[in-house]
Amino acid sequence: MLKKTSWLVATAVAVTFSGLAQADWKPTKPVEFVVTSAPGGGTDNFARVVQSIIAKHKLMEQSIVVTNKGGGSGAEGFIYTKVATGDSHKLTFGTNNAYLLPYVAKLAYKPDELTPVAAMALDEFLLWVKADAPYKDAKSYIEAVKAKPDTFKMGGSQSKDTDQTLTSLIQDATGAKFIYVPFQGGGAAGVQLAGGHIDSNTNNPNENAGQWKAGAVTPLCVFSPTRLQGSAKVTATMGWSDIPTCKEAGIPIDQFQMPRTVWLPGGVPAEAVAFYADVLKKVSETPEWKEYIERTSQTDKFLAGQDLKTFIAADDAKNRKVFEEEGWVVR
Amino acid sequence: MENFASLLHGFGVALTTYHVMLMMVGVLLGILVGVLPGLGAPNGVSLLLPLTFTMDPVAAIILLTSMYWGALFGGSTTSILFNIPGEPSSVATTFDGYPMARQGQATQALTLAFLSAGFGALVGVILITVLSTWVAKFALRFSSPEYFAVYFLAFASFIGLGAASPFKTIVSMGLGFAFASVGMDTVSGGLRLTYGFNELLSGISFLIAVIGLFGIGELMLTMEEGLRFDGIRARVRIGDVFRTIATLPRYWVTLLRSSIIGCWMGITPGGPTAASFMSYGLAKRLSRRKEGFGQGEPEGVVAPETADHAAGSSAILPMLALGVPGSATAAVMMGGLMIWGLNPGPMLFVERPDFVWGLIASMYLGNIVAVLMVLATIPLFASILRIPFAIIGPVIVVVCFIGAYTVAGRPFDLWLALAFGVVGYLFKKLDYPIAPLVLAMVLGDKAEDAFRQSMIMSRGSLSIFWSNGLVATLMLIGLALAFGPLLSTALGRLVKPKASSAVA
Repeated sequence: MLKKTSWLVATAVAVTFSGLAQADWKPTKPVEFVVTSAPGGGTDNFARVVQSIIAKHKLMEQSIVVTNKGGGSGAEGFIYTKVATGDSHKLTFGTNNAYLLPYVAKLAYKPDELTPVAAMALDEFLLWVKADAPYKDAKSYIEAVKAKPDTFKMGGSQSKDTDQTLTSLIQDATGAKFIYVPFQGGGAAGVQLAGGHIDSNTNNPNENAGQWKAGAVTPLCVFSPTRLQGSAKVTATMGWSDIPTCKEAGIPIDQFQMPRTVWLPGGVPAEAVAFYADVLKKVSETPEWKEYIERTSQTDKFLAGQDLKTFIAADDAKNRKVFEEEGWVVR
Repeated sequence: MENFASLLHGFGVALTTYHVMLMMVGVLLGILVGVLPGLGAPNGVSLLLPLTFTMDPVAAIILLTSMYWGALFGGSTTSILFNIPGEPSSVATTFDGYPMARQGQATQALTLAFLSAGFGALVGVILITVLSTWVAKFALRFSSPEYFAVYFLAFASFIGLGAASPFKTIVSMGLGFAFASVGMDTVSGGLRLTYGFNELLSGISFLIAVIGLFGIGELMLTMEEGLRFDGIRARVRIGDVFRTIATLPRYWVTLLRSSIIGCWMGITPGGPTAASFMSYGLAKRLSRRKEGFGQGEPEGVVAPETADHAAGSSAILPMLALGVPGSATAAVMMGGLMIWGLNPGPMLFVERPDFVWGLIASMYLGNIVAVLMVLATIPLFASILRIPFAIIGPVIVVVCFIGAYTVAGRPFDLWLALAFGVVGYLFKKLDYPIAPLVLAMVLGDKAEDAFRQSMIMSRGSLSIFWSNGLVATLMLIGLALAFGPLLSTALGRLVKPKASSAVA
């Protein structure tokens, strides 16, 4: 605990001075973008969109090389980053898996061995059912699940990851009991729902948008404190902003979102952290970034410095509680 | 018929000088990455992806898919010439392609491989054109139990094949399963068999295994046997290409059967590797010249190649229509689609018909361009065998290690490739078959995931594999294929009761 606090203090100090030091550091050789997912995954898209925007607006003088290190749910990439201590030319892209993975698997890195740079967006989670299922809203679906515990199948991406954590939170909050079926990714969970092989999933908007438009699946509620942006209709009758929040719909979960995060190895100069935070800030202000956010229905939120630390600490605590209750934490 | 109107429109989109040029560039690059073992289509496509950010989506996907076709063709070239498959899906091509090359028939083997591959790809595209809507609906009926049944079918059609004893086949397959289970497990989220090595977190890539087992193992064997390639006597005559083309219609049964298997495995999630193995297995069982298989039987080249490419091209359909990539390369391309601002999924056909039908039309054209271009390279490739081993041998070693490094950019993989090389050498010395190991490595973890997901869904009851007509039929065919040879021997012995006493 002491170690963690000192890390927070150290980086907080670093960030305070970063405004002054900003102009002092610049990459001197090509920068490697380490992607902690396989090509085609959500994190891969995130990193490549950032890459294409930096290239288009010439926000960095040095060129960018993208490498995918998605093994072990992304652990491969984070360990690669940890080993590169002090190397300011490796930028690692991930989600909250950066600090959550070490809880559930015995891995050769600790979250405080990485330096957080920025969180650029929050990906949303929704509760989806098949379009022709007889449930009008989240409440009636949860009632149906409660009436027959351990018969409804909830699909999700991977095991002991965001989807299963959320499923566990829903169970705690409502008393319903699901069978959780882990698939290789959100896309597969979406198709399984469209085919009627599972009863619901908690996919991100982007993973189910196509099936929703085609009328195969329908959203019941979104695990966000406010409704989603975007007034355009997706289907004949509904758009993203018509989806109630889960709290409105009767599932007492305020907020469950997944940050899209960027990291540097440990032991890098504060000037380098500030430089990249500044570049990424500029990226998040371009029209191309807004277009990406809108297309994937994520929430646009740029966090760096102290705000980022506070966010990570809160998110970490919330998830760890679930992990501990479920007995997923490895020692 | 609506589809044909759309397709004609698609040809209008695809048939511009610019697009045809892109196809040629893509195919050429593809052949290049396909020939280098390890680099392969998925890596090649992701290297090219940043270049396409500024292109319009139709041009970009034409470039990437053409590269994919080129890589599929390139992968078979090294299988035939050096017994080193450039892609896992061309492992089955080595069984008869390499013996043919050793007998001085490299030109014939390459020509047959390319032509039947082109044929398979065209059948796959025609299927997409005619049945796209139906196929997309059919694919929705597949869930974990059906997936497992498909993988089971692939394994079953391969059991009892080959000259090696069934015991050795099972040992080899078992090792493959063990290698496939290394790394993070999807269902439990835990790490398995990593022994604290960070390098093993992402599992053992079957590409590394293929490079080591086939490439380096083969070279060790060649060194022991006297440092030369037997294909050295092969004379390269352009006329051979045309003479071989004329023999192709002879294999129409195999071509058709393999195309059907390929399309089936491409749409259901078996993929090209399973398709080529299955097609080879069935071709051998049903052929009148069973004994010739493994010793340079042309049918043994035609069957896997046709199925490989039929599966490769029909795997594009689930990607477009469902947003689920049928292969590693398709996954990279899907990432591309999203960056170009397209959402793969059922609405793509409705929202962006220009893009979808332009792509489908380009698949026809791209494959024709690819076949013509690879046929033109045959004399070049076949003459490689005439280079003395003292020169080409070290070059292959270097290419193998470069390939092993490019898979994931890790020095650890070089040691792994070397270790697999030793294993491959020992396997060959002790007459253990390598192919079952590769098949188990490619499909093992998928089959395991599908099985365990089914068990979670059914809460532990095996009856889920008989729960509907589709999965029950698949399982029955699988069981019949697995135990068919056993039963027929048993029946044969029952007819002659005296001989059966030992078995009973």
